[in-house]
Amino acid sequence: MSLVNLRVNGVTYPVDIEMGRNLSGVLRSEVGLTGTKEGCDDCECGACMVLLDGQPINSCSYLAAQAADREITTVEGLANGDEMHPLQRNILAAGGVQCGFCTPGMLMSADALLDRNPDPSDEEIKIGLSGNLCRCTGYARIIQAVRATAVELNVSP
Amino acid sequence: MSMTIASSVDEVLAAMAAGAQPIAGGTDLVVGARAGKAPLPEVLVAVDRVPELATVEVGDTSTRIGSGVTHAQLMEDVAVVHRFTAIADAAALVGSPATRNVGTLGGNVMNGSPAMDTGAPLVVLGAEAELTTTNGSRRVSMNELWVGPGRTSAAADEFCTALVIPNPPAASGSAYVRLEYRRAMEIAVVGAAAAVTLDGDSIASVRVALTAVAPTILEVAGLDALVGTSYHEPEMELVATAAGEQATPISDLRASDAYRRHTIGVMARRAVEAAVRRAQGEQISVPVNRALGIGAAS
Ligand SMILES: Cc1cc2nc3c(=O)[nH]c(=O)nc-3n(C[C@H](O)[C@H](O)[C@H](O)COP(=O)(O)OP(=O)(O)OC[C@H]3O[C@@H](n4cnc5c(N)ncnc54)[C@H](O)[C@@H]3O)c2cc1C
Ligand code: FES
Ligand code: FES
Repeated sequence: MSLVNLRVNGVTYPVDIEMGRNLSGVLRSEVGLTGTKEGCDDCECGACMVLLDGQPINSCSYLAAQAADREITTVEGLANGDEMHPLQRNILAAGGVQCGFCTPGMLMSADALLDRNPDPSDEEIKIGLSGNLCRCTGYARIIQAVRATAVELNVSP
Repeated sequence: MSMTIASSVDEVLAAMAAGAQPIAGGTDLVVGARAGKAPLPEVLVAVDRVPELATVEVGDTSTRIGSGVTHAQLMEDVAVVHRFTAIADAAALVGSPATRNVGTLGGNVMNGSPAMDTGAPLVVLGAEAELTTTNGSRRVSMNELWVGPGRTSAAADEFCTALVIPNPPAASGSAYVRLEYRRAMEIAVVGAAAAVTLDGDSIASVRVALTAVAPTILEVAGLDALVGTSYHEPEMELVATAAGEQATPISDLRASDAYRRHTIGVMARRAVEAAVRRAQGEQISVPVNRALGIGAAS
């Protein structure tokens, strides 16, 4: 076991872990933030997507120790206190959430996309979300929510 | 199990001399371990925080791409996109944004899969791998490096510090295309890279290499007949036939050997066509698969 400092949503969590542990497992167990989901556990579905220094990674297949002392953002870090992030508000309004299992991962990929590209085309949204599978919605409403958020953020940055 | 996080190449080399195995993005190593392919090595050295490995340096005669450069960097780096476009084409097809953010060129090359997307581009561009230990460096051609599926000729303590590629002459272009069944998170069914230099309207030199049709990346031999031509139908047919004849594909659940042998010809002739167009100065955006509607439909 080794002591590793994980900085999640701006808070530092010292965790005592085996070096082979995956990041999603440590986030859910030791850190106690269960918004990050584990679907396939095999780098295929994107339910485990978190941001590492602002860029999306599949946390199910990333060693927690490799994320030490870097900036990790999970879905819990999106909202501003009680106020939902515009992506969260828009994905609900658009009907882009059914079972909700893919939603945290979708939101993290979408957040990183809008951060680098504030005005993405539908094609660019599809590429940005290409590592996230959704078994319920058929994607159209999720894409609509990302587009609505881009419009909203561009009008009132 | 133990892991150190290196902050310099010297630290990486010292750890490897003491028996550690490198981990960069972990998109092959960790994913393979979790899928039960092979357990994680007992001693790891993380190499993803070594700044000197993450740079592209354009020299007078050659360009040095650090092994730690990620696919996300490769697809947008101006020097790579302009001079070594086939590598950018390949990097842009790897996995998803998440895979490309952490997956590295060095990891792709040293993992040695015959389906690796950056492999065929590196071969046609004449790249060499720089392998380094605490005792110094040597350079090997890509075909000396890959000796079988998942196997390289590098010793256990040899770290790939960079890929070194000669700067192409004027009027050169390259391209990488792949056949895929969907547009993301996909492995090449087959793929082909081409690098072309023109002399006026005609081909001065051409190299073609193939992905996922042999135990390692396969360079197509016998394309000398193309030199001096301007690449019309008979030459396209020659490329397709040579690629199909030299390929030794397997059948698996993704495709039969016969299907791979046929489609590799189609991919090879399209790769050369795109490389010729780029050599003529046409701007075809990266990845050429999307720009020309090759591969899977949206
Ligand atoms: C969902 C998904 C999709 C993928 N899609 C594609 C695809 O479309 N095309 C494709 O080609 N690949 C694909 N891959 C495979 C993988 O992402 C790439 O091969 C990637 O480039 C590996 O880089 P890495 O840094 O993650 O390697 P790692 O997993 O860190 O390392 C891979 C191997 O190389 C060794 N190694 C790493 N760096 C060095 C070095 N500098 N010197 C010596 N040895 C080294 C490691 O010890 C290990 O054995 C995919 C993987 C996943 C999980
Ligand atoms: S749980 Fe990580 S990609 Fe599916
Ligand atoms: S809402 Fe159920 S998987 Fe996306």
